[in-house]
Amino acid sequence: MYTPNRKHVTLFDKVFDAHVIVEREDGQCLLWIDRHFLHEGSFHAFNKLKERSAEVARPDLTFGIEDHYVPTRTRDLGRIDPAIRGMIEQLRGNSQRHGVRRFGLDDPAQGIVHVVGPEQGLTLPGLTIVCGDSHTATHGAFGAIAFGIGASEVAHVLMTQTLWQKKPKRMRISVDGELTPGVSAKDLALSTIARIGTGGAVGHAIEYAGSTIRSLSMEGRLTLCNLSIEAGGRFGMIAPDETTIEYLRNRPFAPKGEAFERGAQYWLALASDADAMFDHEITLNAAEIAPVVTWGITPEDASPITARVPDPAQIPDPARAAQVRDALDYMDIKPGQSLTDIRIDRVFIGSCTNSRIEDIRAAAAILVGRKAKVPGLVSPGSMLVKKQAEDEGLDRIIREAGLEWVDPGCSMCVGMNGDLVPPGERCASTTNRNFRGRQGPGSRTHLMSPAMVAAAAITGHLTDMRLLMREPVPARD
Amino acid sequence: MQPFKSLDAVACPLPLSNVDTDQLIPARFMKRSRADGYGSFLLHDLRFDETGAEMSNSPLNDPERQGARILVTRRNFGCGSSREAAVYALVDYGIACVIAPSFGDIFASNAVNNGLLPAIVSEENCEALLNVLRDGALTATVDLEALTIWSANLILSFTVDPVWRTKLLNGWDDIDLTQSYTSVIANFAKADRERRPWMQPSERPDSQ
Repeated sequence: MYTPNRKHVTLFDKVFDAHVIVEREDGQCLLWIDRHFLHEGSFHAFNKLKERSAEVARPDLTFGIEDHYVPTRTRDLGRIDPAIRGMIEQLRGNSQRHGVRRFGLDDPAQGIVHVVGPEQGLTLPGLTIVCGDSHTATHGAFGAIAFGIGASEVAHVLMTQTLWQKKPKRMRISVDGELTPGVSAKDLALSTIARIGTGGAVGHAIEYAGSTIRSLSMEGRLTLCNLSIEAGGRFGMIAPDETTIEYLRNRPFAPKGEAFERGAQYWLALASDADAMFDHEITLNAAEIAPVVTWGITPEDASPITARVPDPAQIPDPARAAQVRDALDYMDIKPGQSLTDIRIDRVFIGSCTNSRIEDIRAAAAILVGRKAKVPGLVSPGSMLVKKQAEDEGLDRIIREAGLEWVDPGCSMCVGMNGDLVPPGERCASTTNRNFRGRQGPGSRTHLMSPAMVAAAAITGHLTDMRLLMREPVPARD
Repeated sequence: MQPFKSLDAVACPLPLSNVDTDQLIPARFMKRSRADGYGSFLLHDLRFDETGAEMSNSPLNDPERQGARILVTRRNFGCGSSREAAVYALVDYGIACVIAPSFGDIFASNAVNNGLLPAIVSEENCEALLNVLRDGALTATVDLEALTIWSANLILSFTVDPVWRTKLLNGWDDIDLTQSYTSVIANFAKADRERRPWMQPSERPDSQ
């Protein structure tokens, strides 16, 4: 229950406790949900509503976003695969039937759900936010409890605006010191996952803390929280501070005037108490983090770009050695080879992980005045990011480098819209999963930051972007 | 939902770690209607080659393991995306229990919402169970009331969150339970609006 005067409380507990409607003896809590984002995959849940002739309880807190299946090279649904069009039309039909506000392809604010929510000020600190997508923890960057749910849970939230949850354990990942030039939030996230493993945060809510985290922009924080699930954590959060408040001021759906100031006061009080207790504590030193790439088939298979591919024969744990052998076999790379010797066939810059304006700028700063040796796709996270990038002339830099500049959507991260990496090809990608076949059957994915992908595009092989660094691209007036 | 008390069935070993939801059901099949069943898409790219032919080295294609209702696998099963279709693929194939040392959090809650038991065993017991299956044991018995698994001469215990155990044993659906709290929820929402007036989105929903 809501107990404002408790002590030693974490950020997670403060937000969680304020949403408990009922707490059962067995620890199950019925939680109030403040925001529910839907995408095309919600059709299973709407079918469950139909079976029960149920209505959406709170359409005013529910938002539909076309992103998972949308085409990126046309906005004309008449020109795409009818099966894919059908997915988009189902969301349209369901949103309309239930009075749900929808960000469709014709909306100037359309984009990827985890980019649009923050951009529109729908995402606020202290909220509970759910979406049928495991990268929903992204919104935790604002100090919200945001988590991915399955279709049964989507149906439950649609019908009741609540969910049964048991409190997870709490983990704090503290990072202190300054990141060295060229090292980004993506490198920080991949380094953390490499350290704790893809199952390292299972059963835990992560709070990211420390001076390095506080100095990240909102874009960087969103990237970091986005990758929580790749460490097994369903939740990833950062305490709201002035950076958070300034980002939210004047966003379309954010509160206005006095309501905003009242909100801001509440939000700033959400930070974990100085003596709050965590079940697990991890600390990292920012200065030790280098640009990172993955070489295997889970995000924990990540190493600094200066390293060599691990040799399974040198790994003492037989289970881990077997995994690495299997990964290298799928990826078709040799034990002990330099990571920078790995040649690539194409690149992708986009996804809910790395498609915000800072990401596009970081890639453009490397691409400017250069030509890519391989083809590639750059898909900004939203129509607003796209417009801003075009206003800054970044699209021209990207096109002149030989890469395609397309419309927003989940695109080649998951390939649902048909943007696929062909079988056997190797893609340097700013996305979140290097799973077997994730970007298309037989595809091979190397995860890295936008600047690292840009560097790989220029040289045709995995490359330390620090060797190609220049001054930031000046914004064009 | 059907209650889950105990299960005596063919068990299939899948000695892999980190079997992610993209493996359980590749994204390209998720446009299909559930009405036709998702069972044929389960672990599709590990079961079938590019021509659609069955791969003989895939455990689920072993003729002796046909009709398997229990899957025994390694750590972090079901990591990755929140797609409940991964659970639909298992359930529609006939799997009612997955035994592993750990599960992806979202996968496990999706599983329970579909009556599929995610049974947690220690790494050591998992390897022991995989060994007896490799050595020829065909079936296993999973008793949710006793939290015990038998196979050949092996008896081991497993864990599952007590809340989930109760839910599975009774075949309960959350929605029915929640609807008994309708007035409590309404009172909460009203009081919350006073406490957090800034929560309400500031624009009115468009009529699209």
